[in-house]
Amino acid sequence: MITAAADGIKEVSAPLSDADIEKLDAGDRVRITGVVYTARDAAHGRLMQLIEAGQPLPIDVRGQIIYYTGPSPARPGEIVGSIGPTTGGRMDTYTPALLALGLKATIGKGARSQPVRDAMRTHKAVYFGAIGGAGAVLSRFVKTLEIVAYEDLGTEAIRRLEVEGFPAIVVDDCRGRDLYEEGIKAYAR
Amino acid sequence: MRDVHVSAVTDAVKKLCMEANYELEPDMLRAFDRALTTERSAAGRQVLQILKDNAQMAKTRRMPYCQDTGVVVCFVELGQDVHVAGGGLADAIDEGVRQGYREGYLRASIVRSPFDRVNTGDNTPAVVHLDLGPGADLKIMVMAKGGGCENRSKYKMLTPAEGIEGVRSWILECIKTAGPDACPPLIAGVGVGGTFEKAAILSKRALFRELGAPNPDPALDALEREVLERANRLGIGPQGYGGDTTAFGVHILTYPCHITSLPVAVTIECHAHRHKEVTL
Ligand code: SF4
Repeated sequence: MITAAADGIKEVSAPLSDADIEKLDAGDRVRITGVVYTARDAAHGRLMQLIEAGQPLPIDVRGQIIYYTGPSPARPGEIVGSIGPTTGGRMDTYTPALLALGLKATIGKGARSQPVRDAMRTHKAVYFGAIGGAGAVLSRFVKTLEIVAYEDLGTEAIRRLEVEGFPAIVVDDCRGRDLYEEGIKAYAR
Repeated sequence: MRDVHVSAVTDAVKKLCMEANYELEPDMLRAFDRALTTERSAAGRQVLQILKDNAQMAKTRRMPYCQDTGVVVCFVELGQDVHVAGGGLADAIDEGVRQGYREGYLRASIVRSPFDRVNTGDNTPAVVHLDLGPGADLKIMVMAKGGGCENRSKYKMLTPAEGIEGVRSWILECIKTAGPDACPPLIAGVGVGGTFEKAAILSKRALFRELGAPNPDPALDALEREVLERANRLGIGPQGYGGDTTAFGVHILTYPCHITSLPVAVTIECHAHRHKEVTL
């Protein structure tokens, strides 16, 4: 679901539909609330093996959001340690297959490949940027955390998070616009 | 000969790893403040402000500034009149990393082999560079080097004919291709000269210089300033959202080299520029 808040920031909650995705434009600031799954390199490798073998995934990605992150350990009494985004481009080889299964959004930092951007157009999906390196601040938006798959991978396990007002920005929308390209155009001197 | 017991090395490395991850150096905080006054992009200023808040929160809550708490790169300057007693120096450093990362709630990000990729669980081993010199001091410099930016580090063997022009455009090229992936604002550590591996090590070593402090060599200082100014005209900006603050600094170290060679290594460092040092 997507709603526009009074301050102009768009509120985003999974599950997301095609119609929701169409409401997002590159450069839009968003606040994400609700369920987000974490996965990064090693977990994507395993998901890909399952997809190639035609087997079910440990999480149902339809309409969901995957956050590329590997948090630092929580201190006793805390929900999580630092939890900022990792480079999205490293997941590029896996992303089109997940988008084809109905994944609607990913959160990371850094540019995506053209095949991923094309897949976002085809399957109606977006890529959000979170602030890389702001892991301490971003941890405050995580309300619950539960490991749901691949616990042996440590920081790379798949976690189910519930977040509240998690700040991000639309980097790639489903119409092929890209915030990084537009930013450089606007500010290069 | 002065004896330094390995337990002192372990304790020092443990503390340096934890403090580096919790607390940015004052030069970085000043860089955020300065950029907040010059950045034209509103989104860029917002990113800078959040990073400043992040630094404050990391420090007060003693949690890592970034969840990628890095690979530990350790430069050791060992005075030849120091005798490391009670065990091996390399083991003592790794023990410090192990304790610092475990007890400090820092992330284990090292895999035991580049191919089987099984996590060692305690962020060991460190990458250690040892220099021998005169004296009876043992200086340990620790950097928690992030992976996202490290992945954008590059090396090029230029020809002597390409000269300073070639070096300038290669550094700029590295900053440009690092782009948003490496978490700008960036710092470029540059090693020019030596050999293939010497240039790379210098490019890391160069990052330990205080940000904003001039290069002691006036010609290199001018080169650094020019590259920095041009980098900040690329338009990449904080986090790549567009803006004027793409890099905080360019730090160059040089070394004599062969008549045929002009090696240039560029280590890309992100704003999570975490390093501490101590002399035992
Ligand atoms: S590049 Fe630096 S700031 Fe960005 S995620 Fe890696 S360590 Fe953190």
